[in-house]
Amino acid sequence: MIDLTWLNELLADNRIFTPQTLAYYWGGLVTTTQLVFLSLVIGLVLAIPLAIGRSSGRRWISLPIYVYTYVFRGTPLLIQLYIIYYGVVFFDGIQQTFLWPILREAFYPALIAFTLNTAAYTTEIFRGAIKATPRGEIEAARAYGMSQSLMMRRIVLPSAFRRALPAYGNEVIFMLHASAIASVVTLMDLTGAARFVYARFYAPFEAFLFAAAIYLCLTFAILYFFRYLEKRLLAHLKPQSGN
Amino acid sequence: MLDLHGYGPRLLEGAGVTLQLAVLSLILALALGLLTASAKMSRNWLLHKVATLYTTVIRGVPDLVLMLLLFFGGQMALNIVTDAIYDRTGLDWYVNLNAFAAGVVTIGFIFGAYMGETFRGAFMAVEHGQIEAGKAYGMTPWLVFRRIRFPQMMRHALPGISNNWMVLLKTTALVSVIGLSDMVRVAAEASRATHEPFTFLIPVAAVYLLIASVSEWMFARLQKRYNVGFGGH
Repeated sequence: MIDLTWLNELLADNRIFTPQTLAYYWGGLVTTTQLVFLSLVIGLVLAIPLAIGRSSGRRWISLPIYVYTYVFRGTPLLIQLYIIYYGVVFFDGIQQTFLWPILREAFYPALIAFTLNTAAYTTEIFRGAIKATPRGEIEAARAYGMSQSLMMRRIVLPSAFRRALPAYGNEVIFMLHASAIASVVTLMDLTGAARFVYARFYAPFEAFLFAAAIYLCLTFAILYFFRYLEKRLLAHLKPQSGN
Repeated sequence: MLDLHGYGPRLLEGAGVTLQLAVLSLILALALGLLTASAKMSRNWLLHKVATLYTTVIRGVPDLVLMLLLFFGGQMALNIVTDAIYDRTGLDWYVNLNAFAAGVVTIGFIFGAYMGETFRGAFMAVEHGQIEAGKAYGMTPWLVFRRIRFPQMMRHALPGISNNWMVLLKTTALVSVIGLSDMVRVAAEASRATHEPFTFLIPVAAVYLLIASVSEWMFARLQKRYNVGFGGH
């Protein structure tokens, strides 16, 4: 057992931050992290082929992807969440399938909405990075007789990932902040926990400022992580120092 | 044709609320952004610190959390003030925080931080020689700001402003959570009541796309105007 007497003593003379409410916040933090992490990972996996398709010269491939990113980037995430959360029931026969126990809970509609949303933004970020590949590199790859897919894999994508890194870091922070709306569909994420504590103690400042402080810490952690990544992966782009 | 089950007029009203909210908060955000950018560039360290704290904290916390904090916290602060007035003077005075005003203030306050960063970068992009030239002509600081710094700054700031506006527009959807009857709230209510979510939510999404497309066109025209004399772009 972990000795928690110090925590109890610390919390002895306040009304709101009891070990129980802290447990709510902890549960909320776990839900937020799961939701954001999973949607970012799945969104990233979806975005790579979509970005390649979006940069394709064939319109029947690039146009549908463009429509998808335009719609998902042009409408509020809250609407997308509502459409999936309220709409999923209306697919005929879905309640009889094995998917129903999964989709019935608020977590999965939220995960689907967040994933589709971040995939749309990430697709556009990668498309920009792919488009910015220097022509000379492509010509060199062709001159070596590389096939289209080999060139994508060895030349275009590795450098595009690096170019996309700063913008993708912003997208990760954006997703963390956007995940707060999961609380609107009754999910107990970090914001949901804060709303619960607010409603229970009628203490808006304590309840929301505490959640805000945790979000702020998470934001800075992501920021520094991406700064570190950029420093490592983009080192070759920095001006050379000395000799 | 689309059957809106009698929700049509309320949806239209909600669309009006969304638009008004977005435009008013944009104006507030632009004003706050200019102030913040000036504070950040000022030599007064206190102003600089306050502005930096504002832009850092606001951009590090989700919009919804700030909105809940300012809305519910604002009501409580108002109550404390009116209670104190009652205790001192016996004047029984109760102020209910207006959800629309709270929405405008909150969104304006949040996007003021983003606008501040946009404006700061844009002001710094104006060549210093231009400002010196203005001074050499004997212009007052205000005249230099109005005739030289502002018009040239806008050329650099417009893409950023346009971006912030698109995000702001989508953020207005969150006010439905604090009880304002914007089009998202009406649509969500109607979806629950009629069990036809697509009938209401998809048209509302289309209205957002429409507003976004129209404003994209307007910003492109503005950009053209501020780019006069600089060719290209």
